[in-house]
Amino acid sequence: MDNAIATVQEHGADLHAAHEHVALPQHRHHFETEEQQREAGSFGMWLFLLTEIMFFGGMFFAYLLYRNWYYPAFAVASNQLSVPLGAANTAILITSGFCMALGVWASEVQKKGFLVLMLVLTTLFGLAFLGVKTVEYHEKWEKHHIPGASFNISEFTNPAGFGLKEEPLAPDMAQKTQVFFFLYFAMTGMHALHMIIGIGLLFWLTHRAHRGDFTAGYVAPIENFGLYWHFVDIVWLFLFPLLYLINRHPLH
Amino acid sequence: MAHTTHTDAANITNPEHAEHHIVTPLQYVFVFLTLLVFTGITVGAAYIDLKWANPVIALAIACFKAVIVILFFMHAAYQSKLIKITIASGFFIFLVLISMTLTDYLSRAWGMW
Repeated sequence: MDNAIATVQEHGADLHAAHEHVALPQHRHHFETEEQQREAGSFGMWLFLLTEIMFFGGMFFAYLLYRNWYYPAFAVASNQLSVPLGAANTAILITSGFCMALGVWASEVQKKGFLVLMLVLTTLFGLAFLGVKTVEYHEKWEKHHIPGASFNISEFTNPAGFGLKEEPLAPDMAQKTQVFFFLYFAMTGMHALHMIIGIGLLFWLTHRAHRGDFTAGYVAPIENFGLYWHFVDIVWLFLFPLLYLINRHPLH
Repeated sequence: MAHTTHTDAANITNPEHAEHHIVTPLQYVFVFLTLLVFTGITVGAAYIDLKWANPVIALAIACFKAVIVILFFMHAAYQSKLIKITIASGFFIFLVLISMTLTDYLSRAWGMW
């Protein structure tokens, strides 16, 4: 019985210690420890990212299926995209992700100036990516390669007339290049929208980082935004080979 | 209790209280350089005619790059088992959805060839 009483007292004392009044952003009162709050936050962020994988996955599946159905149209239309621009954009986006990763480190080791610098660089590389994407979209606009009423198939039915070494497509198959461009704009457009939202969040995070919110132990917003930004990177790591690279040498 | 168990590295006794692992900038530099090198390889490989192997190589490299981004940039390698299993199960369900939908499309013309 002595033991039992001692245990109760010990437990009571421990409970008291664990329920001290804390009002830190990294340790809200409904969490036992900072680690538990971190874990709960990361877990929630990953669940959100998994729903994003399903969202982009639907479009990746559509691409897989239509590429098999309209293979010649997909091969020719894909060769319209510029590999150097796509490769440059991949490098830009990886660099942006690298800066973000360093930003997370800066927040963890509480270096305010370096965190702000990294967030600004992440934003700048993100904007550079969107700039290159704008150049690419503009070229498609000028060539009438945006699906819809003014879509022009002449480059696909008569490639020799445009100095291209492609096999000419029959008019019905040439129309199917619109399916490729529709998926191209849907996938890269949704990706770009995610980046625009991310850049908006980066402005807000940079402002708060400058105020010193994330270099006194509260890392979660930086860390979870980092997860989002790297996720957007990963989507592009798949979009680049699928849209730009894998159709260069079509099978006959 | 909570304050004594979270130093346990494998988080076996109290998995909710995983310790915060900090990935070093040097590790990030290695990951960054690996990503750039493999981007170069995948672009180079696209200009060589490797028949059916072109898309296979491109997607294998993309998967490899995605995995190192997830493990190191996104810290998955240092998370608790709960988060690791959550990530893995998400990708698993994604593959199930893709393959179930493919079985539908692949079997629509079944026996008509």
